[in-house]
Amino acid sequence: MIKTQKNIGLAFGLLGLVILSLNIMYSFENVPLFFSLCFLSMTLGGILYFNALYGATLSGIHNNGVWFNALTAKGLWGWILGLVLTSFYIAIYWFPELLGYRTETASVGLVAFFDPLSVLLNGKLATQWFMYGTLYTFAILLFGIKFIWKYRSNPYQIFRTLSVVFFQLCFAFLLPELLSKLNPEMPYFSKDIKNMWPLNYYFFDAWHLEGMLNGKSIGQFFLIFGLLMIFVISPLLTYRFGKRWYCSWVCGCGGLAETAGDPFRQLSSKKISVWKLERWMIHFVLVFVFITTIAVVWSFLGTQPELSLVTKERFILGVVVLLLLILLSLFIKHKNGFPKDAKYTLISVVSILLASIGLHYFSGQQNIFFFETYTFQKWYGFGIGAAFSGVLGVGFYPLLGSRVWCRFGCPMAALLGLQQRLFSRFRITTNGGQCISCGNCSTYCEMGIDVRAYAQRGSNIVRSSCVGCGICSAVCPRGVLKLENGPLENRITNPTFPLGNTL
Amino acid sequence: MNKNGSKKSIVIIGNGISGTTLARHIRKNSSYAITIISYESPYFFSRTALMYVYMGQLPFSDTEPYEPQFWRDNSITLLQQRVTQILLDKKQLLLDDSRLFSYDILVLATGSKPNLLGWPGQNLKAVQGLYHKQDLEKLEEWTPSIQSAVIVGGGLIGIELAEMLHSRGKKVHFLIRESHFWNSILPNEETKLVTQHILDKGIELHLNTELKSIASDAEERAKGVYTKEDLFIPCQWVGLSVGVSPNIAFAKKSGLEANKGILVNKYLETNQKGIYAIGDCAELMEPQQGRSPIEAIWYTGRMMGETLAQTITGKRTPYTPGPWFNSAKFFDIEFQIYGQVSASPHKQKERHIFWKHNSKNRTIRISYNPNTLCFLGCMTLGVRFRHAYFDTVLRENKSMDFVITTLEESFFDPEFYPTYKKEILMLWELEKSNLIL
Repeated sequence: MIKTQKNIGLAFGLLGLVILSLNIMYSFENVPLFFSLCFLSMTLGGILYFNALYGATLSGIHNNGVWFNALTAKGLWGWILGLVLTSFYIAIYWFPELLGYRTETASVGLVAFFDPLSVLLNGKLATQWFMYGTLYTFAILLFGIKFIWKYRSNPYQIFRTLSVVFFQLCFAFLLPELLSKLNPEMPYFSKDIKNMWPLNYYFFDAWHLEGMLNGKSIGQFFLIFGLLMIFVISPLLTYRFGKRWYCSWVCGCGGLAETAGDPFRQLSSKKISVWKLERWMIHFVLVFVFITTIAVVWSFLGTQPELSLVTKERFILGVVVLLLLILLSLFIKHKNGFPKDAKYTLISVVSILLASIGLHYFSGQQNIFFFETYTFQKWYGFGIGAAFSGVLGVGFYPLLGSRVWCRFGCPMAALLGLQQRLFSRFRITTNGGQCISCGNCSTYCEMGIDVRAYAQRGSNIVRSSCVGCGICSAVCPRGVLKLENGPLENRITNPTFPLGNTL
Repeated sequence: MNKNGSKKSIVIIGNGISGTTLARHIRKNSSYAITIISYESPYFFSRTALMYVYMGQLPFSDTEPYEPQFWRDNSITLLQQRVTQILLDKKQLLLDDSRLFSYDILVLATGSKPNLLGWPGQNLKAVQGLYHKQDLEKLEEWTPSIQSAVIVGGGLIGIELAEMLHSRGKKVHFLIRESHFWNSILPNEETKLVTQHILDKGIELHLNTELKSIASDAEERAKGVYTKEDLFIPCQWVGLSVGVSPNIAFAKKSGLEANKGILVNKYLETNQKGIYAIGDCAELMEPQQGRSPIEAIWYTGRMMGETLAQTITGKRTPYTPGPWFNSAKFFDIEFQIYGQVSASPHKQKERHIFWKHNSKNRTIRISYNPNTLCFLGCMTLGVRFRHAYFDTVLRENKSMDFVITTLEESFFDPEFYPTYKKEILMLWELEKSNLIL
């Protein structure tokens, strides 16, 4: 009975996927009809399948059979899915013509399949990015339903998922398209208000700044709000709630990881050696994004003599003063010795500082450190923006887990994590001595944190990488973990003995 | 340093939570040579997580809390061997490959073994308990040929086995001697609720039922069980889970004083100088008031390890565990207890207030002393409470009024879960007014 329902669900889902993929070779006459059929079929199939999974069971959270399943335990199906996703991403980023995208004429094939929806929403024909955005949002919606169904006994998971789906659907997808439709003459700039720097690494690029400056009141709103996000809203929210306010409640990358990526969360590596690699990579990305951003702002200011208040010199001076202040506060906070994480922070801040000063003396108008101004940006866009966040980040879900990008490559996660580790009220509290070292928390941590290592010692978990998804707490069989915001004092604990004994 | 000028050699038999905790804390305080000998597995793993391996929730490697590198980094030697005898006068161990292994200090942390009550057929194939890693491997081997299984004994391992086999699509018959599940520990309302939950899960529950014998097929494999009422239940596998007892065969043989477990004083010392016993295998000669001489649970094993490490590294310390706490999970329902909550209390010494959610499987029970109005303990199903809070109020012997008015702090459920302090407060006010009348 349940098996039949599963199979019917799968059949509908596959039918939708087949209609979708047919577009690569064949153009439908009546696109709106087949487009609706395609998405309805996938939705119906999904819901039937999820109902078979969760509809008939009691409301507890179960991960039975996860490690027996070829899709979720790196078996043949996992590799096949990884290959398909990776090829799709390579096509979107570097060979969009394979998907039917044309620059000179109207697009054909898969991209053209999305034309009617694109015209409806933004008044223009579809690009490969519109197609991608639609599929991306659809995946978050559909698998968001699955996620909520699976974790329905846990209100934190329900609210968090509703939030992340809402931000993707409205702020990342609908609103930017509608704004473009209402202001067809407006120059291009990112209209996804939550996609803030440094995740949006081109926010400070000259063309983007000019786009916003010339974008009338809307553009200027986005510029001011974008700056407010970086310097005011984000630090305040991260202080109050930890980086989870962004990474698992708002962010689109997080949105996909938490919904479509949920079946693969257990594949992240928990090895200490991988944690070490993670810290080097994430700090490297952070330093890189800071230096490139400082460089492009610096050279942008050189081309804008009318901005008399902010000269190149004053800008660099400002950056240097800011970094020195951060360094000073680090030293004051850790005057009795630096914890490991803070050492990485220290090295990062000092490298940015030295690079900023060096920049001023070793760069001309058209070059930075003897490279052409936008060379850094190009490499960043290729290496981090496309190859990492897309191809590796999503394509490798079934092999490396759902948060590879967030863990190793996202500059935003790095920045918020830095603050979370050093200056935030957020922590995961360990419930005294109740841990039985079973390992469910660590296994199902998508960020690869060995949660158990802390819980079994009776220590709270305060880690820069924690995105606060709350799954460790949800899958703990003994009620040991709780995500909390509280005073900074005694947030980081390291008792000699967990609670329970009298020693 | 010992008299030969080499490092004092500590040998721990058993790599469970007791032995591992002991080794870690000895290492924190000393540079003694530490060897852990275990036949069961090369590395420490969480025994309580074996069920999740069978259910496909965890790979076995994820039940090991420390990476192999950890033992090298802390110079703790691991030896996968069986100890067959202790040669007390030579201070040596006889291993099953006939090697001799010397010790200066010996600690037995050998755990438990499943009880067998002498049923006819208990040694047939496809009849087993679940305790060791090897038991899980055996069960895994039988699994493809099981359509229905019989589990005997309504304790914590019994319900784990029921959940395990159920998760693999097997028909499960669960034989319980009592009228409800675990009713020696759970009071009436809780035991009824959990029993109903077991039924809701689709388990074939046989209450008030005891095993008489296990029937054999032509290949000496179990083909069914007879209950004491002579009901025959056909099955392809029988799980025996009527409790565990200390695993002490070789220790007893070697001349250590033992009763059910290896007898130890409050310093966890056996009758032989330089030999200690901790965890499930130890039997305390003078347990704390209200506590059992043998407490075969994770947390006490850990605490004994912590305590003995102090003694071995020079600070002789008695084993004095703090207020009682424990936890478990019955299918989807989490269980926690802090302090004293009896299944059937003596009305003059212990009374309860009890709250139950009107639709969900959530209960809170708080016990108090009716003479002093002091808080005694609490027990919850489906509600998480904060250990630190109850540890403090129990150590400080706080009044019920204090606990009820500060109960907000004690809720440990994730954010956005309701707390039930108002409901509890009302129940307590009602209870107090009844007490005065």
